[in-house]
Amino acid sequence: MSVIFLLIPLSIVFAVAFLFAFIWSVRSGQYEYTTTPSMRLLLDERTATKPASEPDNSPNPKLK
Amino acid sequence: MTTYPTIAGPERVSATAETRASGCFHCGAACAAEGVRFAGKAFCCLGCRTVFEILSAGGLEQFYQLNEAAGTRPPQAMASNQYCYLDEPGVRARLVDFADATLTRVTFHLPTVHCIACVWLLENLFHLKPGIGQSQVNFARKEAAIAFDPTRVKLSEVATLLASLGYEPKLNLADLDAKPANPAERRLWLQLGVAGFAFGNAMFFAITGYFGLDAFTGPQLKVFIGWLNLLLAVPVVTFSAADYYRSAWRSLRQRLLNIDVPIAAGVVAIFAQSVWEVASGHGEGYFDSLCGLIFFLLCGKLFQQKTFDRLAFDRDYKSFFPLSVTRRRGHAEERVALSQLSAGNHLVLRNGELIPADSKLLSGPALIDYSFVTGESEPVEKRPGDYLYAGGRQLGSSIELEMVKPVSQSYLTSLWNQAAFRKDRSGTLNALTNAYSQRFTKVIIAIALGAAVFWTFVNPGKSLNAFTAVLIVACPCALALAAPFALGTSQRVLGRQKVFLKNPFVLETLAKVDAIVFDKTGTLTAAGAGSVTWHGTPLNEAEERWIYSMTRHSTHPLAVRIGEAIARQHFPEPVRSFLETTGCGIEGSVAGNEIWLGSATWLESRGLVCVARCDEGTAPSESPHIGSMVHVALNGHYRGCYALASALRADAAQLIAKLSVNYELALLSGDNEQEQERFRVLFGPGPHLQFHQSPLDKLGFIKRLQREGKTVMMVGDGLNDAGALKQADVGVAVVESVSAFSPASDIIASAAMVPHLAEVLSYAKQSVATVRAAFLISTVYNVVGVGIAASGNLSPVVCAILMPLSSVSVVAFACGVTAWLGGRLRGGELRVESRSNADSQLSTPRSQPTGGVP
Repeated sequence: MSVIFLLIPLSIVFAVAFLFAFIWSVRSGQYEYTTTPSMRLLLDERTATKPASEPDNSPNPKLK
Repeated sequence: MTTYPTIAGPERVSATAETRASGCFHCGAACAAEGVRFAGKAFCCLGCRTVFEILSAGGLEQFYQLNEAAGTRPPQAMASNQYCYLDEPGVRARLVDFADATLTRVTFHLPTVHCIACVWLLENLFHLKPGIGQSQVNFARKEAAIAFDPTRVKLSEVATLLASLGYEPKLNLADLDAKPANPAERRLWLQLGVAGFAFGNAMFFAITGYFGLDAFTGPQLKVFIGWLNLLLAVPVVTFSAADYYRSAWRSLRQRLLNIDVPIAAGVVAIFAQSVWEVASGHGEGYFDSLCGLIFFLLCGKLFQQKTFDRLAFDRDYKSFFPLSVTRRRGHAEERVALSQLSAGNHLVLRNGELIPADSKLLSGPALIDYSFVTGESEPVEKRPGDYLYAGGRQLGSSIELEMVKPVSQSYLTSLWNQAAFRKDRSGTLNALTNAYSQRFTKVIIAIALGAAVFWTFVNPGKSLNAFTAVLIVACPCALALAAPFALGTSQRVLGRQKVFLKNPFVLETLAKVDAIVFDKTGTLTAAGAGSVTWHGTPLNEAEERWIYSMTRHSTHPLAVRIGEAIARQHFPEPVRSFLETTGCGIEGSVAGNEIWLGSATWLESRGLVCVARCDEGTAPSESPHIGSMVHVALNGHYRGCYALASALRADAAQLIAKLSVNYELALLSGDNEQEQERFRVLFGPGPHLQFHQSPLDKLGFIKRLQREGKTVMMVGDGLNDAGALKQADVGVAVVESVSAFSPASDIIASAAMVPHLAEVLSYAKQSVATVRAAFLISTVYNVVGVGIAASGNLSPVVCAILMPLSSVSVVAFACGVTAWLGGRLRGGELRVESRSNADSQLSTPRSQPTGGVP
């Protein structure tokens, strides 16, 4: 039965991992403005076709 | 929530594109036969074609596959320097969210965003212009946050690009104010997460002790669990519960006992007692109950923080005023920010633009729509030299003004310097709970002291224990949860009926209201919706057709309304020698007949007698002699007049009848007395009816009522009511469309809900009664708990059962009863429209006065 002294701290470690996942999700704003992400989900696979004529027209979309 | 447009497959679009002959490929508007054609597609105008060209050049044709004809027509004539003022350092710095050498981020409000294709297009904006980076759309708020490289693209160019695509940024003065930082909700979510995490784990660990599991492992388990739970509780007590200490301390310094005082005392007592038990090896403490308590409290706090994303309750005139205006210097016109204007500047206003400051009219004639400011429902005609107040809208051709006063000192804006706008009413929040907690806290402290004194004499070892036990068990978790959950549920129920409360506690004040003051325009009457009736010698069909042909040539609002009313199947005939005399009327000849339409004085000046006074013998309430009259003469003979009534809202009479039983009513109007008789009949002999009221008069009237000890609710809709709405205990702003501007208020209500005001008020009363009943239940729990505690027998198990049980049962009761009452409210008299209907209307763009949406 003394294995419980090992299992409890182990369970805490797992739980803390989830707590940090939650903290990360709140910090990244996932609990705010919930309307648009649900619409964006439908768009994910559609990306714009690159225009052939303007090769220069490729800014970094991840500019943040 | 939101109804999503269907996504059409590519095949389907190309097929319909060929077959659809009439609709514009971009915006779907009807195309004229000679409409613009490009790449085999029909467009209604050059603007739409240009958008199509921009999108196909940028590789974004998929826009049309996401939603057919989803486009918005771009503004017809856009000056090249329209947005130049955005590059002024002063304007720019206050408008952008973030700026450094290579990156600027700005958030624009784009009212025409309306579907999934808009989201896609705006988030792919970087394909269209080098230097634009990631953009993110907030659909509910109709906002786009756009990042760009300031060395490659200017802010004005970003705005111009958006406008040329049909997403004209709406910029107003309020955009220059500091934007609120991250929502406070983020911190609350974190506090809740930490508390929930600790609660769940601590409860599981503590159960081992409650079920006697330590019999198998020896006493070390109990010690181990005790320390583990102590560890879990530390972040909860220091971080999650931090706001309660702060609030309790603030309240104590004001010599008050709000609900947070006993909560903070309870938390500290539980924690101290538990730490002592664990450290001294006496027991495992109450950490599980402590974490659960704070978790439930934070749930309640989150629940009461429901906000309506697309609504703003604290708007002032700044959100109504544009950010820029056209200034004339010599012969050059330039777009400048309002903050750069000074008295003496010459301004040019086009159709639909707003007068930003008190000014003098230089070239006219002007037709000013003051409906939003003064409550006058009909536009006013002004001549050069006349004084124009800020806040009016020019209708018709463009005019030139000279500013007399700076923006901030105009007649309308000076209203915001009133004391009513500076008072902070957050102190009255949650008054119901705090009033109860005043008495509650005193009683609890008395009992705790009493128990301690009693045990000092009987068994001194138990004295301190009993004192903390009373504080622990009396911690008013259930009490604190009753109001947030009951009123929060009511707030949601009313929100679905399009009555939006600023916060749940508005209901407490709403239940106390005993006087209701109405503003006439827009609340009891609906402007522009009244009937048009003919009084005089009956007209034959040909004569009516001639009049109809005449009205089509005028943009005067009265002519437009008459034209709409008599249109039927008439085809207009050509009008010769048409002449419009400002302030008088219109004349012209149709099929050889001379036709005059205009005011009585104008016709009388031509030697006619306008006999149709048409108000004799009819009851005042039915009298058509209300609103405006347009007299008609054919070939020099007087024929009669059109009466244009401003219509009472449907059910206004029933509403007044219902309300007058329980409430003191009053009517304030900025309008003249011409409708006094009608409203006297409606309201009966008692209530105050006041006309010619300035915004300050209205504010003063509310103050007078309050001095008489009344709790006043003000129902209004315009900027002219702003002072009264703010001064009243409950300000209700009535809006036709929820996305339209509304002055600062406690409640924003859809105009369709005004007839149901009586039901809303009685629902508020029922909700508050529910809260009181929930108080009673929680008091019962406390009496039981305190009984156990004072006898010195409180064990962690009892605490672990009693606390969640009391909280959950009170919350279930509060939510259940208010939701049930709300269901009756919706099922009964209030079936306005289905839920999906209401929501889709919320997200539908309404045409703005400037920049039409086809």
